[in-house]
Amino acid sequence: MRGTLSDRTGAALLMAPLLLFLILAYAWPFLGVVKWSFTLPTPGLGQYHALLTDELVQSVFIRTLRIAAIVTVVSVTAAYAITVVWVRGSPVQRVLAEFCILVPFWISVLTRAFGWVALLSNRGLVNTWLQSIGFISEPLTLVRNEFGVIVGMSHFLIPFAVFPLASAMRSLDERVLLAARGLGSSRMRTFWTVFVPMTRSGIIGSALITFVFSLGFFVTPAILGGGRSVMIAELIYLRIFQSPDWGLGAAISVVLVVFVGALMALLFRYVKPKQLV
Amino acid sequence: MQQPGRAAEIKANGIGKSFGSFRALDNLTLDIGRGEFLTLLGPSGSGKTTFLMILAGFVQPSEGRLFSDGVDITNRPAEQRAAGMVFQGYALFPHMSVEQNIAFPLKVRKKSAAEIKSRVGEMIERVGLKGHEKKLPAQLSGGQQQRVALARALVFEPGVLLLDEPFSALDKSLRGQMQAEMKRLHQETGTTFVFVTHDQSEALALSSRVAIFNHGKLLQVGKPDEVYDRPANRFVAEFLGEINMLPVKGVRPADNGATGLCEDRAVNMRCKAEAIKGDAILAIRPEDMSIAPEASANQNGIAATAVASTYLGAATKLDLTTRQGARVTVSVPNEVAAAALSKGNSVWLTWPAEKGFLLPDGGQ
Repeated sequence: MRGTLSDRTGAALLMAPLLLFLILAYAWPFLGVVKWSFTLPTPGLGQYHALLTDELVQSVFIRTLRIAAIVTVVSVTAAYAITVVWVRGSPVQRVLAEFCILVPFWISVLTRAFGWVALLSNRGLVNTWLQSIGFISEPLTLVRNEFGVIVGMSHFLIPFAVFPLASAMRSLDERVLLAARGLGSSRMRTFWTVFVPMTRSGIIGSALITFVFSLGFFVTPAILGGGRSVMIAELIYLRIFQSPDWGLGAAISVVLVVFVGALMALLFRYVKPKQLV
Repeated sequence: MQQPGRAAEIKANGIGKSFGSFRALDNLTLDIGRGEFLTLLGPSGSGKTTFLMILAGFVQPSEGRLFSDGVDITNRPAEQRAAGMVFQGYALFPHMSVEQNIAFPLKVRKKSAAEIKSRVGEMIERVGLKGHEKKLPAQLSGGQQQRVALARALVFEPGVLLLDEPFSALDKSLRGQMQAEMKRLHQETGTTFVFVTHDQSEALALSSRVAIFNHGKLLQVGKPDEVYDRPANRFVAEFLGEINMLPVKGVRPADNGATGLCEDRAVNMRCKAEAIKGDAILAIRPEDMSIAPEASANQNGIAATAVASTYLGAATKLDLTTRQGARVTVSVPNEVAAAALSKGNSVWLTWPAEKGFLLPDGGQ
């Protein structure tokens, strides 16, 4: 669909306040951050050089990428199962799935993080229950480590992973699945060899969105990681607010934004924006 | 629909299907012979597609039983029936190449790689897709996609091939070509073909038998010329092609047929009048009527005036009004139509006794 010129001008006018806001509140200040990264404490590429040599920074980067990758696999897998029920289940199943997808949106990310602490801590629900049935004698360390971070982040990100998948599953031609069955393929085989490959664009979109979101997580890893599993956003926070090392914090920010930008470009090569909602 | 390579014989016994309060199919009993080409013909919503889906196993009938080679398959799931099926819009696997699409049913059946390779190759050759093996469906034309769908449905030698309006998306010239190709595939494979369409000319051209559906009911089954020349009722007569309907009065049996009064003239019919007595409808196809300057007393004929003509190239369609106001259409040679129109006055419509047939008055 191509609108007329006046249509497009109208749409541009309606978009203008948002664009203006983004420029004033994000782009402009970010240029300041870019400037810091090249000027603080002394002008030059010193901070980027430090970035490449600082072992702490590198280990945080690697941990962030690792956690983001695991969270992506966990979230997309869980979201896929939920979406199949949501899109293709019986009417009752659909309502139930929709409820499970939407309810997390109504609860603040902080509340959810503390909720997981309550569940997973040494004297939390999970450990006391496992001990009471005699499955374990000593409490498991489920929180204030990478495991806790992964659980909390996946829980937050699953609903976001659902939408691109749902869009892909809804646009799938039902007759192709019937054709597979009619040609002798069992339900399982049809699922793996026809259904899953046909929702590939949804999986890519879902994975990239989850991965990009994961890279910038701050609150959840800060609470559930308990300082032992610092991710990149927390590191930036520490550099800027707790050690007067603005230059390095700024340089890490710039690298993160460039990396996320590249991933977004990749995302939009594979999926159209309307498939993400 | 079990033994590969062997055409199936299917019996439908009292099949019915309701969707809520909607009766999609009502008490359908039909035998489909081994290796026959049966067309299910009817308007949309007539139940023909529902019956095809029941044959495929995608829809469970509300009542009745279905037998294949004498075995009750009513409750057998679609994947175990393994009828070949060609869908409207083809339903090819978009993420698989032509080759992979055709190999799919063989892979499902765990055939050896060597066998899959040789049979897929053979099938690709047979449907004329050589050189397109590695392409994806989206890179093919409509006709080529159609061939992939046919090849995929036939490669595992199913006992029956089900086709759901496979040509509806093709343009007219391609349609003719694909119809010829399908007829050839039917002869080559010897498989039972069940074909759904709403296009009566397609049905008459392709099938060994035609089954005509309306409002969920099977109205008539027969060879194309049987249903065309001797339709069981008015719906079938009209659905299979243009037809003239003239009221006849006082129908009674006569020497080798029946006789009655049409527009106050005695007319003879070759069909039997046992089922129909008194008032009835006389139905005659446009191509079976001719224009004459006059009609003798022992010839079937009524007087009419030509009102309009449509030039169709090979012939002209001429519209006439009879004395009692009935509208009649005939298909006549071009010069005959021109002469009839230029005269501007009365001509005679005549037809041979064996070409007119009686239908019950008013009813369907």
